[in-house]
Amino acid sequence: MPLLEIESLEVDYRASRGTVHAVEDASFSLDKGETLGLAGESGSGKSTLGLSIIRLVPYPGVITNGHVRIDGTDIVKLPENRMQSIRGRKVAYVFQDPMTSLNPVKRIGAHFVELIRTHEPDTSAADALGRAKNILENLGILPERINDYPHQLSGGMRQRIMIGLAIALNPDLVIADEPTTALDVIVQQKILDLVEGLRKAYGMALILISHDLSIILERCDKIIVLYAGQIFEYANSKELHKAPSHPYTQGLLHSIPNIELSDQKLSAIPGSPPNMLDPPKGCRFWPRCSYAMEICRITEPELIDLKKSHYVRCFLYNQEGRHSH
Amino acid sequence: MRKTKTKLRSILSSLIPGLSSLARRGPSGWMVLVGIAIVSSIVIMTAIAPWISPHSPIASRVGPIRASPSLQFPLGTNHLGQDMFSRILWGGSLMLQVSALSVLICFLVGVPIGLLASYTGGMVDSTTSLVIDAVYAFPGLVIAIAIAAMLGPGVVNMALSIAVVYIPSYFRIVRSQVLSIKELTYVEAARAAGAKWHTILFRYILPNVIPSIVVVVTINFADAVLTAAGLTFIGLGVAKNIPDWGWDLTDGRQYLGSGAWWIITFPGIMIVLLALGFTLIGEGLSELLNPKLQR
Repeated sequence: MPLLEIESLEVDYRASRGTVHAVEDASFSLDKGETLGLAGESGSGKSTLGLSIIRLVPYPGVITNGHVRIDGTDIVKLPENRMQSIRGRKVAYVFQDPMTSLNPVKRIGAHFVELIRTHEPDTSAADALGRAKNILENLGILPERINDYPHQLSGGMRQRIMIGLAIALNPDLVIADEPTTALDVIVQQKILDLVEGLRKAYGMALILISHDLSIILERCDKIIVLYAGQIFEYANSKELHKAPSHPYTQGLLHSIPNIELSDQKLSAIPGSPPNMLDPPKGCRFWPRCSYAMEICRITEPELIDLKKSHYVRCFLYNQEGRHSH
Repeated sequence: MRKTKTKLRSILSSLIPGLSSLARRGPSGWMVLVGIAIVSSIVIMTAIAPWISPHSPIASRVGPIRASPSLQFPLGTNHLGQDMFSRILWGGSLMLQVSALSVLICFLVGVPIGLLASYTGGMVDSTTSLVIDAVYAFPGLVIAIAIAAMLGPGVVNMALSIAVVYIPSYFRIVRSQVLSIKELTYVEAARAAGAKWHTILFRYILPNVIPSIVVVVTINFADAVLTAAGLTFIGLGVAKNIPDWGWDLTDGRQYLGSGAWWIITFPGIMIVLLALGFTLIGEGLSELLNPKLQR
């Protein structure tokens, strides 16, 4: 049984100006200890997909269809109190902005004590503090910092604290939502190395959400490329790197600089992501796609199995598509 | 017992260096200091009045009727021959009690309602806001007079009628703060870590709302003092034989024409001073606690 199994998940935002299908027909699974990367532009639905795993899609978002199974338990209709015991304990979430992710009026230690005692009410505050100090040491932060307030720490330290809070209860799955976007490149590397080291040491599964495909390629076993709420391509990272199939994935890969190709010209994908209140008919990507065909403007492509566990949503690889080629 | 004592000492010792550091915070720090000085000297004066006042504040004919200020009666006497100086010393007690009690009621009612309604959101929030806004739309003194007239005289009744007027300002401040704080990442992070709603409300949102509430409390004190003075002035306060600045204002008004200015001037100054003290603290604190206003 996989640790996480998502089956034909749909998430809608019911805004007053219309309904946005933020996640459509998403299916994938994740085993214990595996790492999955979710790549996509802003607004592609990657955070919504991540938050729906702990059922915290912000208002007015609702899960309208599908299943999210954690260890076989479908959480979509789980009562709120059982959901609360899953959050933080089984599945932990690291948010994007470390500067505002800690309560400004509480010391670092108090964050750990509260988290630990929420899920293990029998633990004494002193024991919880002791555990917190051990975690800080693993994070490369002086244990004395436990008495500091969040404003006394730098952004990188705060993000390390957030990661420490995420692993404090030894969860099965950590979802890191753009954990390094707000940090500079050097700190970024350190944080990602730290996450990887801790993940291996604790044997956790990781979902890394990022707009930066290069980070994900480097660090994940499997990759999902999201565009306008749909899974465009889903493959293991070696396969995706070697044989990117969707024109969008190819565009993303061509926009990553490569140090060995010094005369390489970086290309950008023309245009901008669609207005999700009124997405284009047919394939969501056709207005920006250089391979767009007649059928792309009319019919929505399905996610098809290209090879063993390499899925792509494009007519170029479809029987119908080949005919009209 | 010893524990509370050491706790008290640590609070005091953290307060006093706090006071001196206020002076280093520029003009707004000085405003707070001056305000604290005014308010605390009035409180102390009222508290020790029984030992320092030369005469009983309610005994009549302790001196000549409507005598102007002199060495024997520094602030003169009124038409009953009562010593105005003693009445000034005693007269703040009622006003301080009423304003403290009304602020307490406002706090205990306005803050929880504001927290719960705005955290719940949706229909609960909009209905509560509508009711509160309806109260807010009335001129304050008019409602206070209406309620005080209904309830009758007495410290608690006065405090209640003043509280009704100022609960909306607590509610509105708390609501606006909660609405912005509950969207912040640390609240969402707490939720993602499995925190229950009461933990989020009382450990994450409330402590971050407190600074704004402190400012409302001090400004509310000033308003309560003025409203209490207004109520006693129109005779909706308490029984006559309790010394009160507001009552002295009403009482002395009719003798102003005959030249007895001292009967209303000194109580009036005291009311203004007390309100000014609270306002200075409030305005100063709001500038100190809200760095966006400084610049």
